Amino acid sequence: MSGTFVGMPAFPTAAREALADSQLRHNLAHATGTIRAKRARVVAEVEDWEELRLAGAAVKERALLDLDTQLVRLEETLTANGATVHWARDAAEANAIVASIAKAHDAQEVVKVKSMVTQEIGLNEALAADGIAAWETDLAELIVQLGDDLPSHILVPAIHRNRAEIREIFRSRMAAAGRPAPIDLTDEPAVLAAAAREHLREKFLRAKVGVSGANFAVAETGTLVVVESEGNGRMCLTLPEVLVSVVGIEKVVSRWEDLDPLLRLLPRSSTGERMNPYTSTWSGITPGDGPQEVHVVLLDNGRTRALADEVGRQALRCIRCSACLNVCPVYERTGGHAYGSVYPGPIGAILNPLLKGVGHDDQIDSLPYASSLCGACFEVCPVRIDIPSVLVDQRAQVVDAHRGGVPKPEGAAMKGAAYVLGRSRRLSALERLTGLGMRFARRFGPSAWTGARDLPEAPEESFRAWWQRTDGGRKDDA
Amino acid sequence: MTDARTEILARVREALAGSAIDIPEPATPRDLAPVVTPDVIDLFAERVADYRAVVERCGVDEVAERVAAALPPGQVVVPPGLSIRVADAVVDDGSLTAAELDRIAAVVTEARVGIAETGTIVLDHTADQGRRAISLVPDTHVCVVREDQVVADVPDAIAVLDPARPQTWISGPSATSDIELDRVEGVHGPRTLHVLVVAGKR
Repeated sequence: MSGTFVGMPAFPTAAREALADSQLRHNLAHATGTIRAKRARVVAEVEDWEELRLAGAAVKERALLDLDTQLVRLEETLTANGATVHWARDAAEANAIVASIAKAHDAQEVVKVKSMVTQEIGLNEALAADGIAAWETDLAELIVQLGDDLPSHILVPAIHRNRAEIREIFRSRMAAAGRPAPIDLTDEPAVLAAAAREHLREKFLRAKVGVSGANFAVAETGTLVVVESEGNGRMCLTLPEVLVSVVGIEKVVSRWEDLDPLLRLLPRSSTGERMNPYTSTWSGITPGDGPQEVHVVLLDNGRTRALADEVGRQALRCIRCSACLNVCPVYERTGGHAYGSVYPGPIGAILNPLLKGVGHDDQIDSLPYASSLCGACFEVCPVRIDIPSVLVDQRAQVVDAHRGGVPKPEGAAMKGAAYVLGRSRRLSALERLTGLGMRFARRFGPSAWTGARDLPEAPEESFRAWWQRTDGGRKDDA
Repeated sequence: MTDARTEILARVREALAGSAIDIPEPATPRDLAPVVTPDVIDLFAERVADYRAVVERCGVDEVAERVAAALPPGQVVVPPGLSIRVADAVVDDGSLTAAELDRIAAVVTEARVGIAETGTIVLDHTADQGRRAISLVPDTHVCVVREDQVVADVPDAIAVLDPARPQTWISGPSATSDIELDRVEGVHGPRTLHVLVVAGKR
């Protein structure tokens, strides 16, 4: 899938479909409302939240602006700690590396910790093509995988599903993937979670190869960090003999102390907790404890393209908390699928164009417009990514990429406006025609605009005509 | 064809050409709190309990008794360096498989650090805590934290922890909010977390 769902229509088309689904809108409104309130409560508890955001942004920005040195250092320390470091330019290279490691151990299956980057590169599909089953072990990922569905949220990929739908998926699909759901399965979240525990435990206990991403990679110490809630991460990172972690090159931070602001910012922004239930850190191999063969795949896949964009590179600071999704008025209504990517919401609207470049795919080019530019995303971002500014810059890049050839209606309108506004006479002439034009537009007008809005009533007389007639109101307004 | 490493590093350098690193040193926005007051211990106990973990406070003489009372029926595994006597416990010598651990009901460990602000216990898996698997697979985890191990906040913990050690930061029992964002305790990690906060030094 390479980060974008194959065959997805451009955002406006996908959004229109999503908006017609009232169950989806109900599920989303409930879920985003809940998480917004939780986040607000725990963020208010921290006296120096703004300073913490500044520190978090600075930690990531420093590492990014020094990325070549940091990556070489990370490779050195990981290797010294007994890990094997691989480099992958793109999704295909990364997938091939993971598959070859699994094959070297004759593994027909791997257990996976929830990881955005392995979704981005379509690892599960690539492994399946090689005859290796990749089991998702995060509850929401399990729901998505069993339901043959697509993720719609960074943190809660099954946010679009309610408990009744999840019960149905477990009842009808679990048996084909391993231990079936119990016969008396109800739609209580605790009961559903217990069913997932039973279903996955046999997979954890027998797994030879675990696959993870990493939330952070510390260059100075060769340490990887995985932040999670359920304990499925601990299982995958601890029980298998072999561990492969696919890590985007932007995950690197320089020093161990740099984790401090990030580990305080992430859980409060993400799940609205003071701290997530489990955080695991490991520095290569520990004799007698956990996997004795550890691989790290450092992945580019468009990140260096994003890094070269001086306005957009701040998006690489993203720690995948999903706070911007939860506050976004657009995301709350359309859900994540409309963005056509594993990275939905405001961050996805900038990250996808940055990773892939604009001007060659209508779906990607539509994303910078999937926003009202209200700025709520910037306000909640724990690493202060100015998403609205990047969106505006991306829009300009999309327009630039389409210069030349047949102009789009918007381009033609802008050209027309430039002509009319260039001379006062042309403007007066047009103003006299406005009323007529509006009546015409209302009847036959461009539906993309008028489909959801009323055109204003045109005044009888333009302001300039009124001014001339009444000398700016000094003469009688008869 | 150049190899991936060379090419990625070249792309990074090209992308950054002309960008100066003039970002100020990120300052930790809070001074470390070297003195831990009784309030901090109270806050720790309160915040751990907020996650619906069981929290008890006791004196050093009562620990063994309280641990025994906290254990469910069934087998118990303990790390080789545990300083507390647990009757009839299996001492982990590294040979128990994951499947064998799955048949054990509970584990007793000590801890490296307790973080008051976030109600977090950090294990660094040295001899008094044991390898990672033993505190993961059994369904009940009894964890003994000494008061002198409790620090105020995350930066204080980062300062005393050794990154070379594998670490597990634990904030309450295993939980998920994946179904309609309702928090449910108990998925894959231990479903019962019982924390004993012990006064006095070892």
